[in-house]
Amino acid sequence: MKSNKSASLFPKELVIESLKQSFVKLNPRTMFRNPIMFIVEIVTFVMFIVTIWAAATGAQDQGSFGYNLLVFLVLFVTLLFANFAEAIAEARGKAQADSLRKTREETPARLLIGSDIKVVSSSRLKKGDIFVCEAGDTIPIDGEILEGLASIDESAITGESAPVIREAGGDKSSVTGGTKVLSDQIKVVVTTQPGESFLDKMIALVEGASRKKTPNEIALTILLAGFTLVFVIVCATLKPFADYSGTAITVAAFISLFVCLIPTTIGGLLSAIGIAGMDRALRANVITKSGKAVETAGDIDTLLLDKTGTITIGNRKATQFYPVSGIDKLSFVRACLMASLSDETPEGKSIVELGREKGIRIRDLSTSGSRMIKFTAETKCSGVDLKDGTRIRKGAFDAIRKMSEAAGNQYPEEVADLVRNITSNGGTPLVVSQDNFIIGVIELQDIIKPGIQERFERLRKMGVKTVMVTGDNPLTAKYIAEKAGVDDYIAEAKPEDKMNYIKKEQDAGKLVAMMGDGTNDAPALAQANVGVAMNSGTQAAKEAGNMVDLDNDPTKLIEIVEIGKQLLMTRGTLTTFSIANDVAKYFAIIPALFMASIPALGALNIMHLHSPESAILSAVIFNAIIIPVLIPLALRGVAYKPIGASALLRRNLLIYGGSGVLVPFVGIKLIDMVVSLFF
Amino acid sequence: MNTELLGVIAQIVLLLVLSYPLGKHIAKVYKDGSDWMRFMAPVEKFMYKICGINPEEEMNWKVFLKSLLVINIFWFFWGMILLVLQGYLPLNPDGNAGQTPDQAFNTCISFMVNCNLQHYSGESGLTYFTQLFVIMLFQFITAATGMAAMAGVMKAMAAKTTQTIGNFWKYLVISCTRILFPMSLIVGLILILQGVPMGFDGKMKVATLEGAEQLVSQGPTAAIVPIKQLGTNGGGYFGVNSSHPLENPTYLTNMLECWSILIIPMAMIFALGFYLKRKKLAYSIFGVMLFAYLAGVCLNVYQEMNGNPKISEMTIDQRCGSMEGKETRIGAAATALWSVTTTVTSNGSVNGMHDSLTPLSGMVAMLNMQINTWFGGVGVGFLNYYTFLIIAVFISGLMVGRTPEFLGKKIEAREMKIATIVALAHPFVILFFTALSSYIYAHHPGIVEAEGGWLNNPGYHGFSEMLYEYTSSSANNGSGFEGLGDNTWFWNFTCGLALIISRYLPIIGQVAIAGLLAQKKFIPESAGTLKTDTGTFAVMTFCVIVIVAALSFFPALSLGPIAEYFSL
Repeated sequence: MKSNKSASLFPKELVIESLKQSFVKLNPRTMFRNPIMFIVEIVTFVMFIVTIWAAATGAQDQGSFGYNLLVFLVLFVTLLFANFAEAIAEARGKAQADSLRKTREETPARLLIGSDIKVVSSSRLKKGDIFVCEAGDTIPIDGEILEGLASIDESAITGESAPVIREAGGDKSSVTGGTKVLSDQIKVVVTTQPGESFLDKMIALVEGASRKKTPNEIALTILLAGFTLVFVIVCATLKPFADYSGTAITVAAFISLFVCLIPTTIGGLLSAIGIAGMDRALRANVITKSGKAVETAGDIDTLLLDKTGTITIGNRKATQFYPVSGIDKLSFVRACLMASLSDETPEGKSIVELGREKGIRIRDLSTSGSRMIKFTAETKCSGVDLKDGTRIRKGAFDAIRKMSEAAGNQYPEEVADLVRNITSNGGTPLVVSQDNFIIGVIELQDIIKPGIQERFERLRKMGVKTVMVTGDNPLTAKYIAEKAGVDDYIAEAKPEDKMNYIKKEQDAGKLVAMMGDGTNDAPALAQANVGVAMNSGTQAAKEAGNMVDLDNDPTKLIEIVEIGKQLLMTRGTLTTFSIANDVAKYFAIIPALFMASIPALGALNIMHLHSPESAILSAVIFNAIIIPVLIPLALRGVAYKPIGASALLRRNLLIYGGSGVLVPFVGIKLIDMVVSLFF
Repeated sequence: MNTELLGVIAQIVLLLVLSYPLGKHIAKVYKDGSDWMRFMAPVEKFMYKICGINPEEEMNWKVFLKSLLVINIFWFFWGMILLVLQGYLPLNPDGNAGQTPDQAFNTCISFMVNCNLQHYSGESGLTYFTQLFVIMLFQFITAATGMAAMAGVMKAMAAKTTQTIGNFWKYLVISCTRILFPMSLIVGLILILQGVPMGFDGKMKVATLEGAEQLVSQGPTAAIVPIKQLGTNGGGYFGVNSSHPLENPTYLTNMLECWSILIIPMAMIFALGFYLKRKKLAYSIFGVMLFAYLAGVCLNVYQEMNGNPKISEMTIDQRCGSMEGKETRIGAAATALWSVTTTVTSNGSVNGMHDSLTPLSGMVAMLNMQINTWFGGVGVGFLNYYTFLIIAVFISGLMVGRTPEFLGKKIEAREMKIATIVALAHPFVILFFTALSSYIYAHHPGIVEAEGGWLNNPGYHGFSEMLYEYTSSSANNGSGFEGLGDNTWFWNFTCGLALIISRYLPIIGQVAIAGLLAQKKFIPESAGTLKTDTGTFAVMTFCVIVIVAALSFFPALSLGPIAEYFSL
């Protein structure tokens, strides 16, 4: 997670906007989407009428006007609090998305019409239009490069300052609106309809209109609606029970009991939790195409990770020089360096670096007049022809062997042993020859990212199986897999191998997540339950996946899984808290209802609340203020600790269930002490 | 006093020790028929043949439920006709008349749903013919129906992914032949040895000690009492049930009968563990149920042995405990134990009058039935627990950061909808009907007068009587707070409705959930999966049940037994 993580949960301007929204959302048509709060709205309205009636007639059989007014106000505030929770979550998500989108609005675009170039506003670009960008231009909209190559600064989106290369054809052809071209010129075709880019979809998702409830949210809403219905029955039947026992119960008391018992806490926070989940993903620079994808991420059983870039740092590095016997080590190293000085590949550079560490001074090496031999697929080797005619070559062992044997030299047994050793240790051997005589071997090793073992350990504790995907041979793959601590690997992987592996896992009932960028990854991304496409990837890959990672960071999958788990846990713990609250609320309100007519039931007033009125008011006030108190938790999410499911359940049950039972006893008593000064 | 407690402890120990091997037997019966009762196979084959049943036919959950409901409708008509016409049928030496249609409706429904709520008295309301061919027959087959439903659910839970959940007819038959029948036979023999009558003669003429002449009812009692207890039926042969000296003559028969109530419901939980090969899951479920049961037993035994403080204030000796409505040969402790045992299960037989229990004991009895999941009726007891298990799994699953799954199956909106409806139905039925009767009592005294006044006691206790009646009906329990004049049109009819809703809605829902889950893809367990066989999860389930099921009755109970208790 990078720069765009705001420090405060409640920035001032968002709060003001959300307060306004809290009132707007009182519209019953909006409230209807949330059955629990909708019912609260209905009873609040009833309470409003009772209050007016009490004021108009001056009758006291429903309690004093002041008391009724207070109950009404507290209920009204409860509604506002619940709306505020949703509004602030929406506002934060929107603000986050807006800040990403701002960069791309109203950028001038050089539209290509025939062979003419016309400058138009980016908002007027349509899908299929072609525009041109030069150094210094901001790319107006998402697209794919048709012609040319450019280095592009994507820091506006990813926060990463190093420029990246994008070129026509292949997997690195897509460009994102808002990023800046640093060099060269490219011709780009628009791939999205304005208003349809992923960010736009995300913003729509956060805003109420197109937000669909996720399957789990629906199931939870059913359960909560069920709980609400139980209490409709409990409260409605209380009236005839009270008639039988000759007790009069005021409308305010009925409504208070009802509102306190139904799960308003989780009901009020439920949508905020869902939005906050997507928002947290966005803060991690991941754009989700649906809320469901975040939820599914929490369930992932198997994680497919590419070796390069995820488990190992970029490319292989030279780690050791092995001269054959009879060759002086220093002169061998010198020869290796000579062959690599003009080699721009990462391997070549790492050989020079390793040589420097071994004490060779680069400026002592004279390469003037020498000729560089580039690596080609046919020769499978590279090297240098020096001024004095010495030919140094380095390359795959079979290529060098063939070359030296063709010249009539023997392939030494010693070299064969060295090659075997290096391979079985997960390294790649680079055999070096001088004038067709083999003089030694350079060992290249994959460097495993520091800290990656711990991350895999964490995943294992979460119950997630990690699978490494690599083009390496099985021996190397196995070695790296063991060293990095992944559970399984796919060696010599072709794109269809990924697909088959995903299908196999899914047939066993597992949920699979993967990350990909290339067009040939697209089918696998679509097949995976959570497919994260890199923003640098092709349009096809981005369309196929259900998330897009703006950072192009393959380890992001791990974060996504945790965000998903956090989302579900927050729902579960707040539901538990909300339901556990009922215990105390029963003990506050039931004695209050009957104490007047059945004094014996005063024994149930274990909190020793001051009077029936103060008891009822305290309970509804507690019920209202617990919502804003829990908003920060709903927005941040409950912390996930990979300690195993049983330990996690025990922990959360103790914290949220335990406090759910105890906190309201304390809270209601404290509020009662204040309220009792007036009632 | 110490011997009384010893009797209670001995009985519980006997239950625990014997339910384990019985559970193993039951699991074998349903799983592969390799149990030691397999010599009954020819009998079963004969039954399948004359009924035209193919026992190997696999049913999906819909066909399974259809079979269950169809046979129940058939039995309803069978029972109605026999009860109304019993006056004209044989085996009626005492010349008892047929039942009125509303009473026959109530009786027939009540026995068909394994409730055995009795708005009649066995001595005068039935003949030997209907005792045997309605009452006893229903007591066997309705118990077997519950067990068959559980067998189907077990099969659904055990399978990885399946469309079918076994054959209802086969489960029904083998439940009778291999479990209920042999056990009833053993219990019946012991009862006969202890003096329970078994014959077809009419009333005995007996000269009492005072020299007067008394007519004493008898009949095929020993045949009916065992299945009444074992099948969690509870409908007494005599009007006063097992407090009658011929239905329950000695302390030994009392122990045996009380043991018979709980043995199969307990064994069913062990059977689940053996069947699913998840013994730990069974132990954790058993642990929760046992804890709740023992808590109730302790409270009731303590309350009943201590008696009523108001009576002590009158300097009346209460060393024998609260003896109102109890039998001296049984004693306060054993009656208290029975009152809990009969209400945690859906049995409903009594050996003393629940109307006379001290207020808190009465409340425990009611609460047990309102929760209706601690061991419960044969077969259906676990099914009720299963509903709450699904709800607990749902909430706990979320708490560990996964979308909820139970035994490898995802729980989604459809299952939640059914579980919620089932969990709701029980409090709804009880509270709605109690509210209706309270409303009529408070606002239309004319109707109540016309029906004979309904309540023997005014005030809180009167309220408890009405609440108890519907609680007992809805829990398919059948015991009564007998202060209620319940053989009236209103009570016969409303209780009958409560009985039907509360029996079939849960069974349909629970079998449907199991069937739906069985069809889903199996997800193997991982370290992130919620374990449902741990102590923590057991505590979670217990809390869900207490908060959802028990607390919704808190307001109603406050106006009945709680108010009465604090007013003592």
